[in-house]
Amino acid sequence: MSTETIEKDVVVKAAEPLLSKRRRKLITDPLIDDNPITVQVLGICSSLAVTTQMKPTLVMAISVIFVVALSNYVISLMRNTIPARVRIIVQLAVVATLVTIVSEILKAFAYDMYKELSVFIGLIITNCIVMGRLEAFAMGNKPYDSMLDGLGSALGYAWIILTVAFFRELWGSGAVFGVPVFQYVSSLFGPDFSLATNGLMVTPVGAFIILGLIVWVQRTKTGYVEH
Amino acid sequence: MQQSNTYIIVYSAVLTIILGLLLSGSAQVLGPWQQESIALDKKKQILGAVISADEISAMTPEQVNKFYETRISSTVVDVTGKEITKEGVSAEKVEIAKDYKKPAEERSYPVFIFHAEGKPDQVESYIFPMYGAGLWDAIWGYLALETDMNTIGGITLAHAAETPGLGARITEAKVQERYVGKKIFDESGALVTVMMQKGEGKTYDGDAHKVDGMSGATITGNGVNNMLKAYMGNYEAYIKAKSTPKAAIAAL
Repeated sequence: MSTETIEKDVVVKAAEPLLSKRRRKLITDPLIDDNPITVQVLGICSSLAVTTQMKPTLVMAISVIFVVALSNYVISLMRNTIPARVRIIVQLAVVATLVTIVSEILKAFAYDMYKELSVFIGLIITNCIVMGRLEAFAMGNKPYDSMLDGLGSALGYAWIILTVAFFRELWGSGAVFGVPVFQYVSSLFGPDFSLATNGLMVTPVGAFIILGLIVWVQRTKTGYVEH
Repeated sequence: MQQSNTYIIVYSAVLTIILGLLLSGSAQVLGPWQQESIALDKKKQILGAVISADEISAMTPEQVNKFYETRISSTVVDVTGKEITKEGVSAEKVEIAKDYKKPAEERSYPVFIFHAEGKPDQVESYIFPMYGAGLWDAIWGYLALETDMNTIGGITLAHAAETPGLGARITEAKVQERYVGKKIFDESGALVTVMMQKGEGKTYDGDAHKVDGMSGATITGNGVNNMLKAYMGNYEAYIKAKSTPKAAIAAL
């Protein structure tokens, strides 16, 4: 009898689809409703620093997605063996290893990006989103779910920094992904017409302003208020 | 759950070993690619002193290597301007950053010579590496002198950790272009190099030894000035010998 119930249990568990409603929520929640940057206000430092141009921002976003998803997965695999008293150090060691590997890969295959981002790639270790998800989710959930949770949070981070970078590069340098959009647009209106770029957008202050606007728009839509 | 101390120590030790192996493994595996990237980057920086950044970024790595091989030759000199022809000495292998710690008299000084297209014996400019200190960490660069050995044909500057948006602007084409056409010797032939000024927004078209500064990055600017002065001084003997070849031969 008892074996039967266990088998039944296993069958029921395996039946949860790869992307069930609950799991989809793990990914979609941090995109808007529980966004790490605009709602939880984590990872602000790097979102101010690396977002002057789209290209490095994209590399940064991909690196963060890789580190958060993978470290969530690894820590979740290890969660039952990690000694409670040194858990933060263990998490940190795993995150630091992953971050170093990312930076080594960039150094080998995208040296220009490595030079541009070097310090900030290293600082992913201190990005609160990483440790935050490890402590809050991966330590108490199964590996696959943890990975999805990490993926969701990192994507929530990614789309915000990419949006900030889009406006900063467009208004600050008149370009998108290095393509001089302003030049093309102004050439349509004849030789005397030119679009001015705003130097403020190149500085971190510009990022603050754009971030503030995104938070404002988002909270107006979702009706979120801080308690 | 409270684990025993032994468990914690063993756990930490095993974790350290595994992560250590992972890290050294990845460094080993990626090492050759990294070396290649670094060598390529150095070539790009050297070429950056004589051709524009846009042209370089449009080239594939193979094109950069080929361009470098066909257009650049190199030599190593000492502080008195004499060529060092010892076995195994090559300009590409000299590590300026390491040599920087030695006294100026004992360093080897690489010179990269840029040749005209299709004419390997016609020199277009001489490129001199430099190294110095910025505000936070090292700065370095390559200065190209035209064949009169006085006019600056171009400069590339790079840094390890200057402040983004302030001192880090030395890598921008807009800042580096300010040096083009300036002169390192005054009329009497004394070495004065080019000084970046404090403050930004002035033009120094009339003054061959001054360039506009970077607002908010005076210390980095001073670092660049000191670096230029020091390294042009170190290369002075070589530069003088090249600029008046006939007089030099007569003197011998």
